[in-house]
This record gives sequence, structure tokens and C-alpha cells, in this order.
Amino acid sequence: MSKFEFPASIKSRPVYGTLEARPGKHHLMIADAEGAEAIMDIATPDLMAKTHIIFISRGTDYGDKLRALNPAIFYEGPSYAASVPRIQRVLQDAHMGLQVYLTGTEGLMGQAMREAVDAGIPHTAIQTEHRGSVARRMQCVHCKGITEDVETDPFVCAHCGLNLFVRDHYSRRLAAYQGVCIDAEDPGNVPEPKGIYE
Amino acid sequence: MSGAEKIHVRVTEKTPLNALVTRFRFEPVDGGLLPTFSGGAHTVVEMKDGDITRLNPYSLMSDPYDQDAYTISVRRDDEGRGGSLFLHNQVDVGDELTISYPVNLFSLDLRAKKHLMIAGGIGITPFLSQIKQLDRAHGNWELHYACRSEALGSYVDYLTTTHPNDVNVYYDDQDQVIDLENLLDGQPLGTHIYVCGPKGMIDWVRGKAADLGWPREAVHYEEFLAPQPGKPFEVKLAISNKVVQVGEQESLLEAIERAGVDAPYLCRGGACGMCETRVIDYAGNFIHRDHWLEDDEHASGEKIMPCVSRFEGKTLVLDR
Ligand code: FES
Repeated sequence: MSKFEFPASIKSRPVYGTLEARPGKHHLMIADAEGAEAIMDIATPDLMAKTHIIFISRGTDYGDKLRALNPAIFYEGPSYAASVPRIQRVLQDAHMGLQVYLTGTEGLMGQAMREAVDAGIPHTAIQTEHRGSVARRMQCVHCKGITEDVETDPFVCAHCGLNLFVRDHYSRRLAAYQGVCIDAEDPGNVPEPKGIYE
Repeated sequence: MSGAEKIHVRVTEKTPLNALVTRFRFEPVDGGLLPTFSGGAHTVVEMKDGDITRLNPYSLMSDPYDQDAYTISVRRDDEGRGGSLFLHNQVDVGDELTISYPVNLFSLDLRAKKHLMIAGGIGITPFLSQIKQLDRAHGNWELHYACRSEALGSYVDYLTTTHPNDVNVYYDDQDQVIDLENLLDGQPLGTHIYVCGPKGMIDWVRGKAADLGWPREAVHYEEFLAPQPGKPFEVKLAISNKVVQVGEQESLLEAIERAGVDAPYLCRGGACGMCETRVIDYAGNFIHRDHWLEDDEHASGEKIMPCVSRFEGKTLVLDR
């Protein structure tokens, strides 16, 4: 499942688009897993000659395919966290006119978006395209801990152990959705977890 | 009553700067404090010229935190409909005027890491208040200011003495031109552009920025359009059931107001969108001059911005 049509929701929920090559002398593409396919869809030799790709494979084998596109710079990191210092460094040295493309999971796009916005790019000027897993990066509103790759609703907070209901309420600052205790009034009364979009 | 709230002021200084530009200082008649504003804001000055009331927007150039007085600088426009001539020739120290509360359609984006200002001619005025605001906040800014000649370079001396390292001046008559491509290329991430000046300059900067991949959201511009005179025409106001003649020297908005119909406005310069009016019926041609409507809206014949746009033809019926 590479492409997924997210159901319409509240205004807070991010909406993703489809990447398109934009004019500019420098391009930064950050992707994880199946996000590689969105890059391959828009790659031309001309564009790749001006592009820095930062890729987190998450166990996929797209790395070689991206490298074969011949980007100006290619970096494959073992995890998003491991690639953050590089992302920050690239943004710190970048100039206005840099085009940023984010693609892959929501967690990757949200966190990289936060870095790009902090560096001074208006969030509306950053392109995104969702590909791959629909799992979410969730913040527990009670203990503030972040649980990555949440696939079910409800789920158990990886930090405090509360049963959390998956909300569509999103924070750009935290790059996470909000998880709220589902059995606060009636402890133990927790519905059977199912897929977030089931 | 449409428009922003009003303030009664007295002219306490009238200072000619050069052959074309005069500065006016306004202090509140009641001796109270004026509202603070934000850099880039303008005020709409009411001018009673015989039986015509003109309301022209002028950028506030004083310190936004100075509540004792506002100052504006007015460039005399001998070709225009007379608003600037009225201020230059008929308004003197001691006179009372009505001005609007400050309205800002050209504010600084304070998320910017650097503010790159580009001014042409009298377009310098909003930057004077923005610079004062940024200096208080230790903001990072840089000004590129093009003017016709040294003699007509309003505030050049003031700017270059107070900010010798941040102000760059270009004189047309010495063939000095802003090297725009090199100026924009290489600006650090988080830079925002602000441009105020003639239309040609605004289009030039916006076009170059777009070519270089700058986000639209990081390019801010302000051009006040003064309504232009044109052929007289007739307008029917459907809601108020009135037929109004729009004179050669008045704008459609002014004619509507003269007929006693309270129509919304804010900037009176085709920029804010407030005066947008639905066209019910027409036979003829629109002369759209605003920056608000999109091209397809201009072409649709369904909307008009009466503060700056006109009409030529037999019938025009507005939803007003
Ligand atoms: S009053 Fe602002 S666009 Fe007409």
C-alpha cells in the first residue's frame, strides 16, 4: 500500500499533496521508505543534478534506486533521528529559493517540516506527499511522551501506559497527533483496538 | 459608518522636503494619545475639497510607538485627481483634519530571520516606520532604495547617517540600478522581501523572486493605487434603489458615498478587498485597476472594486 486516500477531517489535520518539480537552483528532498517512489516519479536528470536527497530506508531497498538517479548529494541514514543533524546543517547553510520536498510517512514529513519551518521556510511553501505506512506519531497529552508508528486506535502510551484514543488534532510544533486517555471515567473499559482508518 | 474608526487631528508641522514631497505632522485635537500601530500601516486622510470629499491613504512614517503624533509624507501628483495637491496647497499648520485609525496591509512578518526592503521613490515611507519598529526589536534588515536623483531622494540623508551599513541608495539619473538577481540570490533562508514603489518595480521584484524559487509567502508588496480620472458613467445601486452619475474626477466609491450610501472600504487603494462589490448587470467594459481580484474574476464581469476601478458603457447595476 503505497498511496492512501485519507478521509476528510478537521482543519487541524495536515493535508498532503503530490510532489511537483519547482523552479529553483537547489532542491532538498527528504523521504523515508516508500516516499522514494514519489521522488522517482518526479526525478529528471536536470532536477537531480541540483538535488540533495536524505533518505531513511526503514528496511526497504529503495536506497539503490535513489542513488541510481544520480542526485548531486545522496545520504542514507539509519533512522530519522540520525539524519537530523544533517538536515539542520543543510538548512542552516541554505539560501532563499531552496525547494523542500518531503515524502513518506506522516511522522517523517511532520518532523522534517518542523526543521524547515524553524529554518525560515513558510510551511505553505513546503511540498509534501504521503506514501507508505499510515501509522502516526502520537503525543500523549497526559505524560507528553511521544509514541512513534501508532497503527491502532486506541493504543497504549509507550511512556505512561495509559490507554489513548487517537485524535486528528495535530500539532505542527510537536509534529504529532494528540492521544487522549479513553478510559479515564471508567478505568478498564477500553474498546477493542482496530486500525486507525478501519 | 464604513472604514476604520476616525481620529480628529491638527496639523502641527508642514515641512517641504524637496520639490515634490512635503511632510505633515498630525497631533490629536483633544490632546490625548494616538493609538500605536505597526510598521507599514497607513491612515486614510479625509479632505473636504469644495463639495467633494476625498479619502486618500498615506503610509505612516513615524515611530509606531510614538503616541504623540503621526507623520506622513505626501508626494505632489500634478496629474492626479488633486488629493495630494489639496494637501500641498490648501492644508496648513493649525488646520484640523479627520484621519482614520491606522490600518496595516503591509506588516512585517516577524517570523522572518531577515527583512530585505526594496523601495522606489515615495515608496520609502512605510519602511521608515518598519525600520523604527525593527530597530527597537534589534531586527535584522537591509534597505535598497532607488530614487530619481539626489535632489529628490527623500530621507536619504537621514537613512544613510542613522544606518550607514544597512541602507543602499541608487540614483536613476546616475544610472545606478539595483542588481536584483545577485541581491536575491544567496539571501539566507528565512529572508522576507518587502517591496513598495511603482508598479513596474513591484512586478520586477515579484517576478525575479518567483523565478529564483522564492515562496510567495516571503514576498510582500504594497502599491497604493490612486483612483484615476476617467470618462463619466452612470451606475444603478440596486439595494438602495438609486441612480448615481460618476464624475470624471471622482471614483465610483466616492460617487456611491456622495449619494449617501454607506459602502464598505478600508484602503481605498485597490489592495485590501474590503470594497468588493457584486455586479448584477452590465453592458459595457470594466476598467479594473485593483490588486485584489484574480484575473479570471476581472474577466467574469461579476465583481468590481469601486475604490479604484471604473466602467465605460451603458448600464452598470451593482448590488449595493
Ligand atoms: S477599499 Fe481596499 S480594495 Fe477597495
